[in-house]
Amino acid sequence: MAVSGLIMLLYLVAHMIGNLKVFFGPGEFNAYGHWIRTVGEPFMHYSWTLWVIRVVLVAAVLAHATAAYQLSRRGGRARPARYVRKKRGSDYATRTMRWGGVILGLFIVWHILDLTTGHVHAGGFQEGRPYQNVVDSFSTWYGNVIYIVAMLALGLHIRHGFWSAAQTLGAGGRTRDRVLKTAANLLALLLTAGFVAVPVGVMTGVVS
Amino acid sequence: MRLTLRVWRQRDAADEGAMSTYQVDGISPDMSFLEMLDTLNEKLILEGEEPVAFDHDCREGICGACSLVIDGDAHGPERTTTCQLHMRSFRDGDVIDVEPWRAAAFPVIKDLVVDRSAFDRIIQAGGYITAPTGAAPEAHATPVPKPDADHAFEHAECIGCGACVAACPNGAAMLFTSAKVNHLNVLPQGAPERETRVLDMVGQMDAEGFGGCTLAGECATACPKGIPLSSITDMNREWLRATAKGARR
Repeated sequence: MAVSGLIMLLYLVAHMIGNLKVFFGPGEFNAYGHWIRTVGEPFMHYSWTLWVIRVVLVAAVLAHATAAYQLSRRGGRARPARYVRKKRGSDYATRTMRWGGVILGLFIVWHILDLTTGHVHAGGFQEGRPYQNVVDSFSTWYGNVIYIVAMLALGLHIRHGFWSAAQTLGAGGRTRDRVLKTAANLLALLLTAGFVAVPVGVMTGVVS
Repeated sequence: MRLTLRVWRQRDAADEGAMSTYQVDGISPDMSFLEMLDTLNEKLILEGEEPVAFDHDCREGICGACSLVIDGDAHGPERTTTCQLHMRSFRDGDVIDVEPWRAAAFPVIKDLVVDRSAFDRIIQAGGYITAPTGAAPEAHATPVPKPDADHAFEHAECIGCGACVAACPNGAAMLFTSAKVNHLNVLPQGAPERETRVLDMVGQMDAEGFGGCTLAGECATACPKGIPLSSITDMNREWLRATAKGARR
């Protein structure tokens, strides 16, 4: 859970920074989209680097989901009889890790069908013109709703996930606990804000 | 005080069990929770009914025998053991739910009594040190740095009551196991088995059918002895270290 989660988190930071190029116009954003495919040349062939990243990410998502499923099953087996009355002692982010994770998994599928393959894209998907695709996508109300809800779920997931991963890997501890919790909250906030900025940019007309 | 109790009644391990409602009167706020249950049992015996079975021993918060999930909290609303919980924590007329620890690894024997021998087997797997028998060794022969001694003592406070398992949404035994591992692993006396201890105890913990840790933190909140959640992190570090060392051998 921890290692696959951190791999995805690392990718998300890069993805978020890349997304922000949308605020500097179609030229820069489309050039960035092209660069992802040419990075590593001439050592790598066109789009090889991108495919390596994709394979690593798919492996991370599968490992993360499998581990989560096993962990849930194990927890269910260990508590076959429920309490008639049980107080909840954990926070919202912790309690929503499982369903939040499912929401994020479904979102990833939607997101790829929307902006990578264009199957569910609104307004005609244009290969190689990501700027226009982003604007089209966030010009629909459901595009915005799906995206923003998923990003809020992402923030909650990272809030518990990052701190938790540190504990699993033995990197936490009493003295470092506040630093790790602050880091988790900051990461969650920055990523959510960074990602949500794009649909907000389109809605307000800053990006058009 | 007059109270309404809803207590889990289960004849034996095979019985399905259900909550039963009882009224108790004349409860003093100075009574402990177990004394209140004693009062209920006296009444039940006089009425010719089967008394409620519950675990208890020292009744001074040091043995770890008492259990009970009271109103959805392991050991009740105060941060202490059930035997040290007093009726002043409740109000006259309250309805109080009393349930046993719930975990597959802690099967109910009768009413509120559960079998916690899974914990004993985790201890047997590595919760000991190798030491020559005979007279007690000279105390200054093995120096222990003060922070290490404090760390070990903090974890040695675990009384093995199982509240961590009862509170955990996954029925995991990480806090118990980590308290026992860290208690000995930080001390020079525990050093010879440092790696095998953590690997064997975690292995036994998994074999007993406890759940997996999701770091929800409910264990540390429920622990009557204040074993910190960072104890689990420390054990994870010990486990990774032992695994890496084992892989090199």
